[in-house]
Amino acid sequence: MPSDADRTEAIVDRVRAAHADGTRLAIVGGGSKAFYGHPVDGEPLEIGDHRGIVNYDPTELVLTARAGTPLAEVEQALADNGQMLAAEPPSFGGAATLGGTVAAGLSGPRRPWAGALRDHVLGVRLVDGRGRPGRFGGEVMKNVAGYDVSRLVTGALGTLGVITEVSLKVLPRAQTERTVLLDERAESLYGLVERALRAGTPVTGAAHDGSGTRLRIAGADSAVAAGAERLGGDVREDDDWWRDLRDHGLPFFSDRAGQALWRLALPPGADLPGLDGERLLDWGGQQLWLWSNADAGHIRLAADRAGGHATRFRGPDDDTPAFTPLDPAIMALHQRIKSVLDPHGILNPGRMYPEI
Amino acid sequence: MTAARPYREEDTAFAVQAPVLIERLGACLPAHGLLIEESERRAYECDGLSAFRTLPLVVAIPETVAQVQAVLRVCHELGVPVVARGAGTSLSGGALPHPQGLLLSMARFSRILELDTERRLARVQPGVRNLSITETAAPHGLYYAPDPSSQIACTIGGNISENAGGVHCLKYGLTVHNVLEVTLVTIEGDIVTVGSRALDTPGYDLLALVHGSEGMLGVIVEATVRLLPEPLTRQVLMAAFDSAAAAGEAVAALIAAGTIPAGLEMMDGPAIQAAEDFVHAGYPTDAAAILLCELDGGEEEVSADVAHTDARLRAHGAHDVRLATSAEDRARFWAGRKAAFPAAGRIAPDYYCMDGTIPRKHLGPVLTRISEMARDHGLGVVNVFHAGDGNLHPLILYDGNQPGELDEAERLGAEILELCVEVGGTITGEHGVGVEKIDQMCVQFRESERETFFGLKAAFDPDGLLNPGKAIPTLTRCAEYGGMHVHGGELAHPELERY
Repeated sequence: MPSDADRTEAIVDRVRAAHADGTRLAIVGGGSKAFYGHPVDGEPLEIGDHRGIVNYDPTELVLTARAGTPLAEVEQALADNGQMLAAEPPSFGGAATLGGTVAAGLSGPRRPWAGALRDHVLGVRLVDGRGRPGRFGGEVMKNVAGYDVSRLVTGALGTLGVITEVSLKVLPRAQTERTVLLDERAESLYGLVERALRAGTPVTGAAHDGSGTRLRIAGADSAVAAGAERLGGDVREDDDWWRDLRDHGLPFFSDRAGQALWRLALPPGADLPGLDGERLLDWGGQQLWLWSNADAGHIRLAADRAGGHATRFRGPDDDTPAFTPLDPAIMALHQRIKSVLDPHGILNPGRMYPEI
Repeated sequence: MTAARPYREEDTAFAVQAPVLIERLGACLPAHGLLIEESERRAYECDGLSAFRTLPLVVAIPETVAQVQAVLRVCHELGVPVVARGAGTSLSGGALPHPQGLLLSMARFSRILELDTERRLARVQPGVRNLSITETAAPHGLYYAPDPSSQIACTIGGNISENAGGVHCLKYGLTVHNVLEVTLVTIEGDIVTVGSRALDTPGYDLLALVHGSEGMLGVIVEATVRLLPEPLTRQVLMAAFDSAAAAGEAVAALIAAGTIPAGLEMMDGPAIQAAEDFVHAGYPTDAAAILLCELDGGEEEVSADVAHTDARLRAHGAHDVRLATSAEDRARFWAGRKAAFPAAGRIAPDYYCMDGTIPRKHLGPVLTRISEMARDHGLGVVNVFHAGDGNLHPLILYDGNQPGELDEAERLGAEILELCVEVGGTITGEHGVGVEKIDQMCVQFRESERETFFGLKAAFDPDGLLNPGKAIPTLTRCAEYGGMHVHGGELAHPELERY
């Protein structure tokens, strides 16, 4: 295993030089999400060797680690102390780094109840597009000093700075976790979860895989047992299924010739868009995975009508925009924000949108 | 920052011609929506940080979004500073008026526009009071989680601008975790919406950026918030300790054992005494510290948590642990905590409330240092705080009628905040920087970081008209403040890593 090392200086030097001569940089952590967004035409800036957990005191519920630290290493350290990343970010094949995880900003099955990854980001160290290192946020739960730059860069796909260190709020793992299998339709998922929650059942996962519904409940032994009994259905330990859902290891996520995998984020209790294709519903009905070869405009219109948006998550190479195009006023703000943090446009240009 | 001089020269370099402004505003507002007379403007001269007062040039009280847009367009065109105000409960001077500017009261925007009990969300105008959201949702078994202590009066627009907290943040998050969508009017008068009802939005997280931005990026005209199902059960434990350090260790032990209480509050000896004298909550006045621990959830979860928590509190030095056995008991336990600020007001003519956050492990030493520092300044301090998330609220007791005491209290406050930064914390957990803590921003952030903040502000407000002179200190301010803090050629805290 490579040893922990602080490579901040080398990263700063590299970005400074790139800022000076206009070299475009493609930031690379573990490469586990290379498919996500658009390819960057630039020199690779590898941050994988800038790694190591810098500070982790379980009683503080905070973990700070360098960006190149493998997500698996972070998860192991937490598991050793009975804790976890509540947002359950995906690691897609296992090579994911903490920095890449935060830059992508994706959250797993627990998201609707435990919050998104961004909700748990307490602070970052960031090398901006001028090569200036900075620290935003911190290692405490509540902090309103200065604008919330750490959440701004979460999910910004490296276009606003090279994340070099992240502090995350972490949470205790539940005493017990069980999966309840129910023979319910996808359309009834939101209502089913709502009734369970309001009856005091600690739901931490709710998905419909095309054939049946799975609810994950987690908490004290007694609460899980009582919740499972209220729900009825077949109860089992099924951690692997949720991990495979998170990391797209389920057969549903295997590549399909000529089709793209779409992710639709939907409002709570929305009518599911009538789009053709194989589908898997997660987040209690608020995240729909869809295999389709339909036109992007058609899919985005359906998502928009439902009150959500659609991301072309991965698929055959083509020119389809990966992310829903932004309203011009919002795009203008994005461009101005980009020019504040990366005035020469050298960091992951085009990874998210061509304009930034 | 001192109350005597809240704005600096560079913050007040606007060339505003009052007659022109008033004439133009008259065309976009009804007559009763524009206050020009000094006696009327006087009511807006301060917010919850009442030691700081400035008379605004004019006060606008629009009733429609179109009027807000029109007012902002006029101010933008004429280069007039704008300070938006909700209920004016800010404890950091966030709504302190600008002497050359317009005070924009959003008080008329007080309607709940939509309550969707099935999807658990509420669409509200910015002047809606925090508590009224919960009151409206309660008949449906729902509530709005963030509960700042001013929740009876403070408004959701102000809550978003300050990223307000409360006593239930550790489990339920801050305002930023409970708001789905915000509509703003920019200084140019344009409407932009950030966030959405879906769980994420394409592009940068502008919704997060707006939270805690202290009215410097845009004027909030609408928000959609998430509601939670009322927990089926709540239980409250009170534990008494012989030292604040022991109470701090008990907090760490609870969390290490995997319990996340809905609320976990600490009061020190002077706070216990003051609260007990005021509301007779039944607190043990011989204790050096008490913890109030609220556990909520389903019946089974809570009864398991209560048993574990009781055992752990005792194992970590609590000499007395009481479980509130009835709703009245629970209310009485909380009454003392909720009355802690007014109770402090009874034992001193004035108090000054601080808001630093520190890593919890430093709780004991920091409390000791604070009491030593207070003694050196000849002032008393009462400590009540959100122990679960390390958010301190030292109340500095002083008498504003005694010459120099306010200045002394401000100096002690500044030292406390810098101590929070020194141990790895922050100068403000939930009250905001405003004018109050702007000098300490120079200690927490270095120049390039502050430049980034100014750049982000300029991305929304290129002319710097929205709440100027707040939250982000200028280079010259920091140079002067740094100058005051150089002792023997060294900075105040040379040991601080300032990477």
